[in-house]
Amino acid sequence: MRRAAAARGAVIVAAAAAAPLVVWNPYQLHTLIMAGIFAVLALSLNLLLGYTGQLSLGHAAFFGIGAYAAALVSVKLEMSPWVGMLAAIVLPGLAGWGIGRLALKLRGAYFVLLTISFAGVVSLVSVNWMDLTNGPLGIPGVPALAIALPGLPELSLRTKGAFYYLVLAAVVAAYVLCRRVIASRIGRALVALRENETLAESVGIDGTFYLVLAAAISAAMAGAAGGLYAHYTRFVSPEVFLFTYTVTMVIMVVAGGKGTLAGPVVGAVIFTVLPEALRALTSWQWQMLLYGLLLIATLFFMPSGIVPALAARAASRR
Amino acid sequence: MDQLLQHLLNGLLLGSTYSLLGIGLTLVFGLMNVVNFAHGEFYTLGAYGTFAALVGASVNFFLAIPLAIAGGALVGAVCERLLLRPLRGASIDTTMLVMIGLWIALQNGELLAWGGVAKSVPTPFSTAPVVLGPVSVSRLRIFVFVVSVLLIVGAHLLLTRTRLGRAMRATFQDRETAALMGVSIERIHTVTFAFGAAMAAAGGALLGPVFLLYPSMGDLAAQKAFSVVILGGLGNFVGAALGGVLLGVAEELGAGYVSSGYRDAVGFVIIVLMLLVRPSGLFARAERVG
Repeated sequence: MRRAAAARGAVIVAAAAAAPLVVWNPYQLHTLIMAGIFAVLALSLNLLLGYTGQLSLGHAAFFGIGAYAAALVSVKLEMSPWVGMLAAIVLPGLAGWGIGRLALKLRGAYFVLLTISFAGVVSLVSVNWMDLTNGPLGIPGVPALAIALPGLPELSLRTKGAFYYLVLAAVVAAYVLCRRVIASRIGRALVALRENETLAESVGIDGTFYLVLAAAISAAMAGAAGGLYAHYTRFVSPEVFLFTYTVTMVIMVVAGGKGTLAGPVVGAVIFTVLPEALRALTSWQWQMLLYGLLLIATLFFMPSGIVPALAARAASRR
Repeated sequence: MDQLLQHLLNGLLLGSTYSLLGIGLTLVFGLMNVVNFAHGEFYTLGAYGTFAALVGASVNFFLAIPLAIAGGALVGAVCERLLLRPLRGASIDTTMLVMIGLWIALQNGELLAWGGVAKSVPTPFSTAPVVLGPVSVSRLRIFVFVVSVLLIVGAHLLLTRTRLGRAMRATFQDRETAALMGVSIERIHTVTFAFGAAMAAAGGALLGPVFLLYPSMGDLAAQKAFSVVILGGLGNFVGAALGGVLLGVAEELGAGYVSSGYRDAVGFVIIVLMLLVRPSGLFARAERVG
């Protein structure tokens, strides 16, 4: 079973790696890169929503902090973009830890409101703190990433084709990380807390510790996606904090299947490729309108998401 | 000193509409256990409804506002009937996500219907301000304040003095027992949601002419409404009424003395601080057990 799953994973990754052979058109490649970045984001949100049951509607804040961290380190401090990427993981992780410490005393609607407010404050800071963030004008000229191994010529990730593989590697890393976390003591503790917090704590699980840990890991992953985004678009503005990003992540996780590992990735691919495919047919407003209706329809007709629904169908056929 | 008075007055006038928004949201939460993320869209609906009645159907300004409020109530009732009634008994997270979906759908529906260009609502009031000693205030704002206060008082009377209000309060206190006493919970839920939507639409119909109309205007309104509800305590009517005024004053003072760029941060900061320090709201008499 385990080996079969590993083999299936290898086939999927190989297919994804071969995709640029078929999809050579830069626009379609761009869509795939965005799907990858969103897959990392959806995986990060799923760690909280799917495994702890806490809905964070402030996840765009960690994405944005990651993007700004990467941009500021490489543009203002003129350090290596890789240091920027590291900052894009560490800073949001710390922010997630801090917010987790504060917010995870709360549950349900209160937790949601606190995360929204946190994201709102961070977004306003990015607009108003001109000296640091350049305000609404944003930070242009974020350098491209490049891999310089000793003894080899420098490999620039400036092109979409090269960047695609970096994003693919990030998705695989995020997936493996989530898998390891879920299969570990931490994951079991999270699920126990989600199912029955009082019972879990009564057998000695330190609820706050594990939930805060999950929030920090989740925030660091969202930040990494932000760092990738900054180096990909080479420009960062307060738009990275748009609530639309959070909503998109939520839709991907819920529709894909929260609390499953494959769900968020499937959701991310569907909800990045589908709107792009629809773009030719409809306008952006219609697309967002459909997004809203699709979210409602999923909750009504497929409340556990696409991946669990397909799995159930496959199981019943056997 | 005069400046402080002016800020306090502006805050009070603005806060009255925040109270309207907060009351609608707090009732829906308290009675139905639904976190209504689409609340801001009913605000938008009220504002565009007024605009449509005025400019599209050339109705009188004073008739356009009640029409817009009625429109908001109607859309609210339909949404409750179609989306929330089938989900009764579902977890609060599910209804919350459905409301998020409704919010996105409604907002982009407005965008399709009206386009992204901001619109302004013509009013019959002269732009010359009324000068009251050291402070001055526009006639339109006075009108908005008076109507808001009337609506809040009316809502309070409805809740405390009528049979319907009694049924609503009974449902709020204990749904099962209320149902046993012959209260139709289904009807109360539809009425409550329509009522909440009407209050938000009233906020939009009144504030729309003060500011500009644009399809995403509801986002900010929803944020204010949530701040008000948190200030007053979830499900607390009087708390929401007072919380609205408090938020209005806090915003005016924040914008006046700290930085106007951070005006909208006041609400966020209030939410964060309140949730961390006193999640039951400022005006809760005592923590309820259970």
